[in-house]
Amino acid sequence: MNASIAADLARPRASELPLRTRIAIFLRLLAIQGSWNYENLLGNGIGFCVEPALHLLPGGIHTPAFHQALARESRYFNAHPYLASVAVGALARAELDGEDPVRIERFRTALCGPLGSVGDRLVWAGWLPFCSLASLAVFGLGASAFVVVGMFLLAYNIGHFGLRIWGLSTGWKHGLRVASALGNPVLRHGPQQIGRLAALATGIAIPLALGRIIGPGHHLLGGVLIGVALGAFVIVRLQNRIEGWRLTLVVLAALALFSVIR
Amino acid sequence: MNVIDLIPIALLGGVLGLDVVSFPQAMISRPLVAATLGAALIGQTATGLFLGVALELIALETLPFGASRYPEWGSAAVVGGAIVAAHPTQPAGAMTLAILAALATTWVGGWSMVKLRQLNGVWAARRRSALEAGARGTVISLQLMGMTADLVRGVLLTAVAYALLAPLATASIELWSTDARLSRAIVVGAAASVAGGAAWKIFHSTAGARWFFFGGLAVGLFLLFVK
Repeated sequence: MNASIAADLARPRASELPLRTRIAIFLRLLAIQGSWNYENLLGNGIGFCVEPALHLLPGGIHTPAFHQALARESRYFNAHPYLASVAVGALARAELDGEDPVRIERFRTALCGPLGSVGDRLVWAGWLPFCSLASLAVFGLGASAFVVVGMFLLAYNIGHFGLRIWGLSTGWKHGLRVASALGNPVLRHGPQQIGRLAALATGIAIPLALGRIIGPGHHLLGGVLIGVALGAFVIVRLQNRIEGWRLTLVVLAALALFSVIR
Repeated sequence: MNVIDLIPIALLGGVLGLDVVSFPQAMISRPLVAATLGAALIGQTATGLFLGVALELIALETLPFGASRYPEWGSAAVVGGAIVAAHPTQPAGAMTLAILAALATTWVGGWSMVKLRQLNGVWAARRRSALEAGARGTVISLQLMGMTADLVRGVLLTAVAYALLAPLATASIELWSTDARLSRAIVVGAAASVAGGAAWKIFHSTAGARWFFFGGLAVGLFLLFVK
């Protein structure tokens, strides 16, 4: 066993994060992107979230150790906002364990990529479209506004808050060794499984939602469904040249002009 | 429309605009929710839901990845919801014009978010020495300033967009000549096309997803035609 590992094992470790501190960090995590900017991205948000834990440093908030740690944690950082909770937990642990600042800097740099790409695939390209499309399918089946909106918000936020809570406790538990926890099956296989379910929900939701908005009459609905298939094909072919919402804006502006001027 | 009518709509737009990025990202800013709430303020919840569904189909394309520029749906959907709700009899063109207003607002909203991020960067740069010294007050105040500015951005955007576009929509509805049902079909057809394209973009690389999609489509069509 070399000297650095021996010193690492001999160093006293923070055992538990007090509940009050944990709640303060969690509430701040909800505002982690409050000062997002193109210079240091999430950096200030990470410092803002870790700050309540730094109060537990020996001597409190009026010590050089506190200021150095807060300055370190407020530098450039990038991650998915929900999975940034993993980084916040791990960095809080590292600072309270008195880890070497060079190791903390290296860890921050290494963590940015995985927390960004995993979160984007799992949440923005998986869970969010799935919850949205499932709610649209429920709308298509005739549910009320309360049920549709309530179901969407409940389902989405079970995943959202669950991920933030899991991230914070996992980060705190593993500290700088948190990389192994990112091999969690939900993070590894979740995007694929959710993607399949979302594809299923897309197939169910689109015709049902169209049917409810357009109303009875199979001829018009059939024509619209064929139009949708052609329109989707065109949008896929135009990928990266024009976004669908801009194309819709142009189409609807033309329809409005035609309908008003005629 | 007077200022008293505008205030609750603008405040709701501000709160939902804040949810898009700054706080708490609980997706109350999704059009499905925001348009329904915007219309609910005027007592037309169900009408707002229909508009929210059409906008949600379009918004499926928006993946809010990090630094990319994307439309801001929260405030925009409130504007759309409030405009469509102002015409409870659902005359021809009401839905089309409300969606058009929401799309125009979302465009400006996306631009305003970029400006806000630049402003956050200017504020952070001005306080660089304090940040490098680990000043607690600076870290916290930057966060609060950013969130306050975002809230103000959403309030102003919603107020200006609604004040300008609601009278324009009302005037246009009086001149609207295309059949109501056909107008609605074109709008929702365009929205569903965007959703179909977006779904393909998101899921086509997932193994087996296309079979799940076709399976879902068969179920959806079956349910549609037996209803």
